[in-house]
Amino acid sequence: MKGCGNFHKNVQENRRGVRVNHTPLFEEQVRLGGRMVEFAGFMMPVQFSGLVDEHMAVRTAAGVFDVSHMGEVEVKGPEAFEFVQSITTNDVSKLSVGRAHYTSMLTERGTFVDDLLVYMLAEDHFFLVINAANAPKDIQWMRDHNPMGAVIEDRCAAYAQIAVQGPNTEAILQPMVEADLPAVKYYRFTIAKVIGREAIVSRTGYTGEDGFEIYCSPEDAAPIYRELFTHGKSQGLKPCGLGARDTLRLEACMALYGNDIDDAHTPWEAGLDWIVKIDKGDFIGRPALQEQKETGITRKLVGFEMIDKGIARHGYPVVIGDEVTGEVTSGTQLPFVGKAMGMAYVPVAHTEPGTEILIDIRGRRLKARVVPMPFYKRQKS
Amino acid sequence: MVMAERKYTTTHEWVELEDGKVRFGITTYAQEQLGDVVFVELPSDGETVSRGETMGTIESVKAVSDLYAPVSGTVVESNGELEASPELVNQDPYGKGWLVVVDPSDAGELEGLMDEASYATFVAEEKEKEH
Repeated sequence: MKGCGNFHKNVQENRRGVRVNHTPLFEEQVRLGGRMVEFAGFMMPVQFSGLVDEHMAVRTAAGVFDVSHMGEVEVKGPEAFEFVQSITTNDVSKLSVGRAHYTSMLTERGTFVDDLLVYMLAEDHFFLVINAANAPKDIQWMRDHNPMGAVIEDRCAAYAQIAVQGPNTEAILQPMVEADLPAVKYYRFTIAKVIGREAIVSRTGYTGEDGFEIYCSPEDAAPIYRELFTHGKSQGLKPCGLGARDTLRLEACMALYGNDIDDAHTPWEAGLDWIVKIDKGDFIGRPALQEQKETGITRKLVGFEMIDKGIARHGYPVVIGDEVTGEVTSGTQLPFVGKAMGMAYVPVAHTEPGTEILIDIRGRRLKARVVPMPFYKRQKS
Repeated sequence: MVMAERKYTTTHEWVELEDGKVRFGITTYAQEQLGDVVFVELPSDGETVSRGETMGTIESVKAVSDLYAPVSGTVVESNGELEASPELVNQDPYGKGWLVVVDPSDAGELEGLMDEASYATFVAEEKEKEH
């Protein structure tokens, strides 16, 4: 696919001659000791000081993540509202300028094309943030489902994204931003100068902690990133990699596309009912969801913790009785909660917390117990 | 400190011969590659292991790695402390993070292993491949 995600000046070839992208923070992160790996076509840091150390920094102080690989799309024009309303499940009429929400795009079968954030920049101007690996597919999907003729702009290369997450985030960021951050509540954003450079500053994240995500121009990313450490070092700010990002989001039970949600599962099955406003009017996937609501789901995503000693991981079979009924969608030893936990689709009869299930861990069937989600919930200050 | 008599495998285990028995663990490089070790599964005393074959697993938060027996023989001791403190593998891979002691069935197998200098070169080449 063309285009999306390429910071054009930064396209490199890896050892196998495959094109990989470098984000504008590549050099900064190598300099800080990031171990770079290929992810969704980008060279991204998997870790710096260590996954557990970074995970704990975000829970107790602050951490900074380069998430410039994420895709951005701008939708504009008089038809923009109607278009976004028709391809996403959450109710865009509930947004106002300065607010964002979590939502999803569905196939006609009611299964996930992707999950995304929608920001209302103006009444006729929306900013959509999509998964890096899905970006080309998503943008094609949008273009193929735009009978109203909204203006759809691939802006993946126009934005870098830096996520600062953890309880100390606001204190670290405030001196750098020309805006009153306490006034920017959860899932709100402001367009403000960050060290003199215009950016979208959004109180959102993927860690279960308080924090901000900064969308800026690629050339502004490195100066902002460096300045964060100038302010943040004394407050425990650490550079973090994709490893910690994954364990943090799993403790908070936030879905990862390709693991916990995909085009084989619906929002009802994934327990994402809250991002579907079935009565808002027509949207792609709605008839299928209506039907599944009436017939009922047969399987549902649950959280579990291991009873026996072992670590369940993505793809391991879930066994109930003597039958393989599904597989673990995400799982590992979680650093902050200190337990081996995960998520899996199980038949609806086995979704009650306390229900025992078996996980086939490399040939051994080990006991696990269904538990409520999320596994970690931050204390609201 | 690295002792001269320590030997190394291409799968990043170290071995030391002591009183005819072979003690081994994983190297600094191996534990760095794994990341934070959270679970170690070792063979029990009396189990026989064969050189180059899987005899256990080491799990970090990120991934599962097989543990290969560097020599064939009978397990005489496993590091029980790792059950409660798997992080010892990261903190002290050549000391408190040791894994298993084996009574070797063929001491000649040790001959083929790398010495300190060869292993250092081998690791440097591996690191080169990362970039």
